Amino acid sequence: MKKKSHTFRSWLYKENVAGYVLAAPFILGFFAFILVPMGMSLYFSFCDYNILSPETWVGFKNYARLLSDPKLMNSLKVTLKYAFFSVPLKLLFSLCVALLLLRNTKATPFYRAVYYVPSIMGASVAVSVLWKQVFTTDGLFNRITGLKVAWLANTKTAIWILILLSVWQFGSSMLIFLSTLKQVPQELYEAARVDGAGKVSSFFTITLPLLTSTIFFNLIMQSINGLLVFVQGQIITAGKPMDSTKFYVLYMYEQAFQFSKAGYASAMGWVMVLLIIAFTVFLFATKKFWVYEGGY
Amino acid sequence: MTRKNKDRLFTILYHALILAFAFLMIYPLIWMVSSSFKPTNTIFATAANIFPEKATVENYIHGWKGIGKTSFFTFFRNTFFVCIINTLGTVVSCTLVAYSFARLKYKLRGLFFSLVLLTMMLPGEILMIPQYLWYNRLGWINTYLPLIVPGYFATSGFFVYQIKNFIDSIPRELDDAARIDGCSYYSILTRIMLPLIKPAIATVVIFSFLNNWNNYMGALLYLRKTEKYTVSLALKLFCDPTSQSDYGAMFAMATVSLIPIFFIFLTMQRYMTQGIATSGLKG
Repeated sequence: MKKKSHTFRSWLYKENVAGYVLAAPFILGFFAFILVPMGMSLYFSFCDYNILSPETWVGFKNYARLLSDPKLMNSLKVTLKYAFFSVPLKLLFSLCVALLLLRNTKATPFYRAVYYVPSIMGASVAVSVLWKQVFTTDGLFNRITGLKVAWLANTKTAIWILILLSVWQFGSSMLIFLSTLKQVPQELYEAARVDGAGKVSSFFTITLPLLTSTIFFNLIMQSINGLLVFVQGQIITAGKPMDSTKFYVLYMYEQAFQFSKAGYASAMGWVMVLLIIAFTVFLFATKKFWVYEGGY
Repeated sequence: MTRKNKDRLFTILYHALILAFAFLMIYPLIWMVSSSFKPTNTIFATAANIFPEKATVENYIHGWKGIGKTSFFTFFRNTFFVCIINTLGTVVSCTLVAYSFARLKYKLRGLFFSLVLLTMMLPGEILMIPQYLWYNRLGWINTYLPLIVPGYFATSGFFVYQIKNFIDSIPRELDDAARIDGCSYYSILTRIMLPLIKPAIATVVIFSFLNNWNNYMGALLYLRKTEKYTVSLALKLFCDPTSQSDYGAMFAMATVSLIPIFFIFLTMQRYMTQGIATSGLKG
């Protein structure tokens, strides 16, 4: 008996075994909380399913319906508009602020912290609730500017209020840019200055190329988040007015939980997965044309 | 103008610009806090004033009563419960998994690690309906299980990635020396690694806590009874115009819900900055 437990121990201590034992939480979790649910939703995407009663297999009906659903096309359009404007604006903005905060003064850590606050608070319901009140007709923004625009009730402006909220939370991309900028060796700038390059031209020939891989990383992550915008939309506008902020995930949520069309919503989810994969593959394909990956 | 004067002028302009802009950035938050101390009926009329003419805590007392018979005390207790229990599991499981990826060689390691990277590309919104359908089958609706259990299985790729990166930066000679002294892989983790990777663990604790604190979608999907609501869900329903239009109480409770985040930010800022800079953790 004693011997047996000894061999079990030495088996457990082998590198090849210990690896699997330590990775076990992830292996089980990936299976139980990602693979199984995703597999189920793939199956249900081919079914009529209202969650309460058993599903019936309908083949490609849900996917065919996607193509002829004008509300879905609208939600896709609205979502692409949101991502198309919010992501580049946010990146541009965070890069500009990062460049401004690169100067080393005593107050810089304080400034960095202040600019980061909106980003850290941004994911909370409190900020979404607040944003709604800032832009109501008699809200803070109109009071200060003296305007009388119903920002959230107008089909043209409502989405811009949400884009603005996303841009306002530029803090974490700013920090990523800052940490890359700090790694650029100062000798490069000195050499450029000796060669007679000005600040602007050394930005475009040294800083920007070295930042491209950070921009690439930020672009992918922010675009995925942009395409999946949900919470802010659900809280601030709930898709109104006239579906002008009914984002893709918001529409999917409504289909599943308000209209009990879980099969249709599952199909929508899978289409979004394919869109994200296509987008990521496309970005990676363009990488070699604009991302600098050499050393310093 | 002399060069020195010019430099000084530039520095003053620089600080003025940055400060003015920083003020603009956080002004909505300042407005929220200040409004929470104004009498409800004056909030919008005096929106342009930062300081309330007559500060009152009425909004806090009124708001704290919550929804129906459930006060915000219950919502805060529920949220702290979910945050702490989930974060505990997240930290332990992610550390184990990250260590195995960073230090141990086994056949399927490459495959598993690419699955971790894959989970980083699958945000909660994509998993929302699939996981709901699955948890519905498991009978987990209206319990805290969907908000807690996945944390115990290292399903947050970002955290695993963060800790793995940190372990990668620790010299392997330490492990080798411990091996020679007869340490097993498990005791290397607990005796050698754990003390060294404290900063990475702190980062994971902070972000896991914050993510849980802000988790609105999970609460919206799985919690049905008012007594079970977390702060984020309660706040949303509390602020719905159909249920009430007491803006003072709304601003007060929004402010209270941000206090834990703000406190963590003030005390742990160093770790947060590191986490974002090294692996792009969301914040």
